[in-house]
Amino acid sequence: MTIATEQNIDQKLISILDTVTDPEIPVLTILDLGVVREAYEENGLINIKITPTYSGCPAMDMICDDIIKAFENKGKLAKVTLILSPAWTTDWITPKGREALEKYGIAPPLEASADKDALLGDKKIVKCTQCGSINTKVISQFGSTPCKALFQCRDCKEPFDYFKCL
Amino acid sequence: MKNKNLYNYILGIADNSLILGQRLGELCGHGPNLETDIALTNISLDLLGQTRNYYQYIARLHDKEKTEDDIAFLRSEREYINVLLVEQPNTHFGFVMARQFFYDVFHLMLMEKLQESKDETLSAIAKKAIKEVSYHFRFSSDWVKRLGDGTKESHYKMQEAVDELWRFTDEFFHLTEADKAMIEAGIGVDVSNFKEAYYIKVSEILTEATLSIGASKYFQKGGKQGIHSEHMGFILTELQYMQRTYPNMKW
Ligand SMILES: [Zn+2]
Repeated sequence: MTIATEQNIDQKLISILDTVTDPEIPVLTILDLGVVREAYEENGLINIKITPTYSGCPAMDMICDDIIKAFENKGKLAKVTLILSPAWTTDWITPKGREALEKYGIAPPLEASADKDALLGDKKIVKCTQCGSINTKVISQFGSTPCKALFQCRDCKEPFDYFKCL
Repeated sequence: MKNKNLYNYILGIADNSLILGQRLGELCGHGPNLETDIALTNISLDLLGQTRNYYQYIARLHDKEKTEDDIAFLRSEREYINVLLVEQPNTHFGFVMARQFFYDVFHLMLMEKLQESKDETLSAIAKKAIKEVSYHFRFSSDWVKRLGDGTKESHYKMQEAVDELWRFTDEFFHLTEADKAMIEAGIGVDVSNFKEAYYIKVSEILTEATLSIGASKYFQKGGKQGIHSEHMGFILTELQYMQRTYPNMKW
């Protein structure tokens, strides 16, 4: 998947967009999350197009408001549109974003087929965010927010979140 | 309205998700354990999110200015066209799982095909939803197997739920006028073609769960025509309470 061709982001707007974070995972900026698909200025209006992570993700409304506010603070008027297609995938989380997730205590998503194995409990491949062991087990395929599953480390016994693959 | 068939076609899909989402929402804080409680409300949230996508789309097809909230909250019982299955109560956890499982198998098949719809918005919604619905199906089919092939008590309760709810599954495959028109237009999915595949998929998992499909040859229908079971009024009372009490209230 080539993100570069699908994304159309004016480089001048990046510094402002990079200040907006996911309210549920504050270490992840919306650029790292990969939800910003287009950003450009036209006749003095900043147009931002973002794609929701999950259909019912309550963070999306807040992200829209936060983007508008971030531009407002710089004296600019922004309009945010939600687009559904192409559908967001965890593949769009940047390497920097994945690193930030892991440091924050959320195991970053595996690729699709490995994810299935992990969530079905067939294979031990999700790494504990506390001690790095892969001796972990899935507790629940659904976690504290729609994007997460709940795991536990069998070695250090700590529970931790895993960012589900979409 | 410009395209009444398109409107009603999408409304049918969306109402299923709305009412099932509402039913699952009732369990918030009442799940048998924390993980399951969280899972059920997550599934509810996915369904309500999908519902919003559909309602936002069809709100634009209205002649008068309508919002997604008007469609969700301000209709009378006869105007909701969800299937009877999704309004059935949370009698016990076995019922919650059987209802979810019967719905998820169908929902997954529908979303698979809806991705190919000629209508770009519908296809986009389906492409998003199918990823979520795959998780729902995994969850509900796991529980059906776990309970069916569990203890004597869990097996009994799971079989009881399957027997009671199976008679609501046939309604999925009935085509309304709107369905037929949209299939013709290449927008809708001909769900009547799924019937056999549905039966095979459900049987396969029930067999694994040591359960059997109810023997009943009688199937219930009516929801798609707005003729609901006695449970529907109670659901709507709760669902619509805020908008009825404080009209036009905004979140
Ligand atoms: Zn550990």
